[in-house]
Amino acid sequence: MLLTINGKKRRLDVPPMTRLLDVLREHCGLTGTKEGCGEGECGACTVLVDGVAADSCLVPAAQVEGCEVVTIEGAAAKPWGTALQNAFVEHGGAQCGICTPGMIMAALPLKAGASRDEIKTALAGNLCRCTGYISIFNSVEAGLKTRLPRRAKVTRARRR
Amino acid sequence: MERAVGTSVRRKDGDAKVTGAAKYIDDLTFPGMLFGATIRSTIPRGEIAATHLDFSSDFIVADYRDIPGKNYVALLDPDQPCLAERQVRHVAEPILLVAHADRRALFGIESRVRFDYQAQPPNYDPETSDTCFKQIAIDKGDIDRGFRDAAVVVEGEYRTSHQEQLYIETNGVIAVPGDGQITIYGSLQCPYYVHKALVVLTGLDPARVRVIQTETGGGFGGKEEYPSMLACHAAILAMKSGRPVKMIYDRVEDLLATTKRHPAIIRHRTGLARDGRLSAMDIEVIMDGGAYATLSAVVLSRGLIHAAGPYRCDHVRIRGRAMMTHTPPNGAFRGFGAPQTQFGVEAHMDRIAESLGLDPVRVREINALRPGDTTATGQKLGQDASALLVLREAVKRSRFKQKRRQWRGTNRGIGLSLFFHGSGFTGAGEVKLASKASLELTATGARILVASTEIGQGTRTMLAQIVADVLELPFAAIDVHEADTDFVPDSGPTVASRTCMIVGKLLERCARDLRGKLGTLTPAQYLKRHGPITVTQQYEPPPGLLWDDQRYAGDAYGSYAWGCNVVELEVDPVTYEVTPIHVTAVAEIGKAIHPLMAEGQVQGGTAQGLGYALLEEVVMRDGRMANAQLTNYIIPTPMDAPPIEVAMLESPYPHGPFGAKGVGEMPIDGPAPAVINALRHCGFDLRSIPATPERLMKARS
Repeated sequence: MLLTINGKKRRLDVPPMTRLLDVLREHCGLTGTKEGCGEGECGACTVLVDGVAADSCLVPAAQVEGCEVVTIEGAAAKPWGTALQNAFVEHGGAQCGICTPGMIMAALPLKAGASRDEIKTALAGNLCRCTGYISIFNSVEAGLKTRLPRRAKVTRARRR
Repeated sequence: MERAVGTSVRRKDGDAKVTGAAKYIDDLTFPGMLFGATIRSTIPRGEIAATHLDFSSDFIVADYRDIPGKNYVALLDPDQPCLAERQVRHVAEPILLVAHADRRALFGIESRVRFDYQAQPPNYDPETSDTCFKQIAIDKGDIDRGFRDAAVVVEGEYRTSHQEQLYIETNGVIAVPGDGQITIYGSLQCPYYVHKALVVLTGLDPARVRVIQTETGGGFGGKEEYPSMLACHAAILAMKSGRPVKMIYDRVEDLLATTKRHPAIIRHRTGLARDGRLSAMDIEVIMDGGAYATLSAVVLSRGLIHAAGPYRCDHVRIRGRAMMTHTPPNGAFRGFGAPQTQFGVEAHMDRIAESLGLDPVRVREINALRPGDTTATGQKLGQDASALLVLREAVKRSRFKQKRRQWRGTNRGIGLSLFFHGSGFTGAGEVKLASKASLELTATGARILVASTEIGQGTRTMLAQIVADVLELPFAAIDVHEADTDFVPDSGPTVASRTCMIVGKLLERCARDLRGKLGTLTPAQYLKRHGPITVTQQYEPPPGLLWDDQRYAGDAYGSYAWGCNVVELEVDPVTYEVTPIHVTAVAEIGKAIHPLMAEGQVQGGTAQGLGYALLEEVVMRDGRMANAQLTNYIIPTPMDAPPIEVAMLESPYPHGPFGAKGVGEMPIDGPAPAVINALRHCGFDLRSIPATPERLMKARS
């Protein structure tokens, strides 16, 4: 099967029902995507599939044929990517860090200046046991207020 | 130079965690690695009469006969087998281990094994259990006189249930065998606990056993003792196969098999003067230890020492016992017995206030421990006893009294709790541990060598801040060595809110020592002139700290952190769903070394406490957790998170680094009783948690 992972075209030979999570972690060595429950409850395995946040533990490989998948390793190339990553460090959004990649991926599709309710809704499928979520909301809010770094702007322009 | 302590410097592990670069145990692979799985008992109690196996030769199968050393998980009591031999005492008790090169070959592995059991009748009631793991008695003053002097007596029984730690990263280790040695990589809190267990299990020389902590995705106590069991299992398979073996639990196995918070029954009989002064506190605590002793004795101990709450009373009698039942063993969980007993005393305080016609703030103000007062164990408190301080701050910030009046008779309620939490090991525990910490000079600064682990709470960053300031070097000049028993000394376990106050203090002393040695030289100059240097310090109790283990009296902890929670909530009159709308959390922790991380501990612990109070229910059916899935064991989600307003107060403890005490556990002591008291304000007489809609409906009708 063919798909794009973090901007690179990949051809993979995997059984069609392999979980996207395993495709990424075992076949592509992208271990930044985490498994917390394997049943779509915790969101630690969140990636973007064609720009939409999805639990990669619930997505069979066959379903992403021809899709563009972005993982935490590719987040920096997305608008807000580095801004969100930096904000999670500066505002206490990352403690043990196991939910962090999923949180950042779930927040990536948000628009500049998203309200707290919009942030909560975007993260509703992601569990964190360390923070009580407040510092995660603060991190996302701060990240989305950051002026976009030049690199991200260029990437976005090119993709259009 | 700019100081690091007291500022929210960029945490050392932050960048790796937000980019996906941080390596957790399941992210590691070794050449030739096998995957391991555990075959567990399906009955709560009985004997294994026969075992039927159906494995092809590509599977490695191990049982207790493959253990080269002793078959128990070394911790406190040698009662818990690493692999059951004949007798099983709980569902999900490990019996066999299986390894295979293909992880997928292990799916549904249980179907290849059948045990013939001779079942025995299980007991799930700690009150009728005939096996007691530990009994403790605390006596202060003369309880009979206390009751003779009392004008009013208030009694009550309170119950708390299991709670799952629910770290998002499940338990996991990799065992790598070598020539007469074994190395364990794992998600764990206490490298030297695992080390000790492996030495007993393998019979190897301690120098041939190595334990390395990998990045750990949350612990909360759930990775205090359990990783010893798991590491032993992986080691057995690795030694049998001669290959590295990875064992990662899936969520279901983690929920079914690993430890949870002890359920407890707490009974209070309290004598009071008419004005609300406590004259006698008679308290009984029964904890459900589950099938093996694990840490029950010490959980009970901390629970009992906190059972009278942060209150002064001349006549106290506390009796407690941890009992065996045929459920998976209960163990360490943030708070370690104190959340249970302080739930009891704080729910009881509001009932006391109600029966005396006092407001809940007044009854606490009258009785709160002040500097110079003595606790239930007779410990005389220092100037950093801050019960009144946190109480008044929380009441003022939340406008408690006004809301209490305004909301009466509505679906909104407001309740508070006052609590404290001892930092460090109980009693003589720290003296027995005799922890060590080391500091090694590097060309640009220094490297910290401790076994204290980073589990999200910020160990690496916080310890480096302390060292940087004492050495008067930039924060970035301080490295932290990974927690690897081949390199770091035993600084004790990463538990008991002890890492900052105890290990931080050891490092402060190391840094002072090193600074004296440096004199006017820079690290590079010193190394050139004198060569490498590492300084080590060992724990010494602060002067005058005394504990009598026979009488269970004296200075139970070096110091205490103090907290007050105010919970505001709303009850849906149709569905009985409870929505917390605002929480005020005031915490006095001596000194916030890193304010942002300290606040994170308070927010996170408070949220976990709200889960304990309202959502989290382990449904035990025939000794087995019936809801062992994240789909129906419910923890707070982003949609459940109320605003938590944190106020951090600082009454320095003279023997803590920069005045710091512990902060990790205390925040989970307060939310549950504050919720129950807020529900009482709404007209619900609840005496147990979790306060699920079903329980609320019953309480109303």
